[in-house]
Amino acid sequence: MVRPARRSRWPLLLALLAALALPFALACGGDDDDTPATAGGSPVAATATAAPSPTATAVPKIGGSMILATTTSTMDSGLLDVLVPLFSKQTGIDVKVIAVGTGAALEMGAKGDADGVLVHAPASEKKYVDSGDLVQGKIVMHNDFIIVGPPADPAKIKGLKDLTSVMAAIAATGPFVSRGDNSGTNTKELDLWKAANIDPRTGVKQREETGQGMGATLNIADQRAGYTLTDRGTYLSLRKNLKLDILFQGEKSMLNIYSVYVANPQKHPTVKLAQAQAFDAFMVAPETQKVIADFKKAEYGEALFFPDAGKTLEQVGQ
Amino acid sequence: MDAVWDGLREALRLIFHGDAELRDIAMRTVVVSGSATLLAMAAGVPAGYALARSRFPGRTVVLSLVNTGMGVPPIVVGLIVWLMLVRSGPFGSLELIYTKRAMVIAQFVIAAPLVMGFTAAAVQALPRELPDMLATLGAGRLRTLWLLAREAQLGVLAAVMAGFGAVISEVGASMVVGGNLANQTRVLTTAISTETSRGETASAIALGLILLAMMFAVNFVLTLAQQRRAR
Repeated sequence: MVRPARRSRWPLLLALLAALALPFALACGGDDDDTPATAGGSPVAATATAAPSPTATAVPKIGGSMILATTTSTMDSGLLDVLVPLFSKQTGIDVKVIAVGTGAALEMGAKGDADGVLVHAPASEKKYVDSGDLVQGKIVMHNDFIIVGPPADPAKIKGLKDLTSVMAAIAATGPFVSRGDNSGTNTKELDLWKAANIDPRTGVKQREETGQGMGATLNIADQRAGYTLTDRGTYLSLRKNLKLDILFQGEKSMLNIYSVYVANPQKHPTVKLAQAQAFDAFMVAPETQKVIADFKKAEYGEALFFPDAGKTLEQVGQ
Repeated sequence: MDAVWDGLREALRLIFHGDAELRDIAMRTVVVSGSATLLAMAAGVPAGYALARSRFPGRTVVLSLVNTGMGVPPIVVGLIVWLMLVRSGPFGSLELIYTKRAMVIAQFVIAAPLVMGFTAAAVQALPRELPDMLATLGAGRLRTLWLLAREAQLGVLAAVMAGFGAVISEVGASMVVGGNLANQTRVLTTAISTETSRGETASAIALGLILLAMMFAVNFVLTLAQQRRAR
């Protein structure tokens, strides 16, 4: 029953263990690039020796890292894939971009779990500004919300002029696919129902909540041949895969306004204030605003975002 | 179905053109899940062995807890680890959140009960009288332990495969504690999720096929080791 120990078996197991151990060693060694703030300043030195960009002389190299909580729509549009590397190059700051719903992003900022937030729900933002949880807010840009739906348009909303009748028509026929994830888009949708005096839970035929991001929700609306509220950017970037048309657009209240905030350093001493402020400043800097205005303009034939640095909420879109 | 063929074509293109980002993501996936599996092995095999061989009050409760741990959804593990490691959490000052280390921790928590539970089952499946027989044959206490562990190898390797398979294929915990940061904590599963929500179905399928191929390669090696030992 107990076989004599045959040595010949062991090299294989040892090799296997070594193969598994190798990545572990690599993980420990290679993890430093995740935490430049604690790495004794070497990343700062590394960026300082990098080839200077044209603007590098004007922007101080701050270094370190920060957590930016933002929304899935900014992430899915790909805008941050362009802006963040630019920012890191200019300032030497490593940005960890966490894409969640606006509700979660605001909450992360309020708890000090994020240093900066980039969100698009002015009504929700106001509560956090009033309570002092988010400070130094700046309007960055806007795009707009649109209502998309199946080309057949069963609710006959195409050509309707005011939002109230659009929402009423959709409520009567459905289906409507909602984000249901506490995101800025979801908040906006609930505002629209409210403005039309419709209870979204009981008053809308076949209203479904996906609890997922904009991209996933558009796909579900597409499969269901349903209506949904989306930001124009995500819709344009996914349009090639969708059988959904823009059925309502262009009203002032449909503007989707993005702002940046810094988590309150007085409430949370761990907030990386210098880095978060640098990000705020970067987002409203003239060169960045130009990049935002030009983002994917050539590809889609129309702009995805409109820069708004220095404007007030009332001035946006005028 | 077109997407699947497009995905296959895209997968082959990515692999044979040596796409740098893909290589990094694949490497990162192996590093993170390999580390977590190794740690789960280091902790889970001895613990599972001890659990199988010892008798103490409440042992059934502990075993049940381990068996429950084998089925806990990764997203729940991710949420708890996130709450621990996030800045406002008890271990926030360690600044581990949104790093590969955080992902290793979460994946370890997922894999350890699997390794432990399967190991315990494998050791318990050995004949009850085996320790006594070994003692009769003149084996000392340590030597007995060693020989028992060797006898249970088949099951232990199955335990390791189960642990590795669970962590390399999970997406919820990695997403929550790693943050899916490009070039930092994006692994194959979270990249698939990103590509899907961006509507890039072909590259999502491509990444999925690469993940499958990697899992097959690792499991092939482990199964080879297991079956050699079984002869």
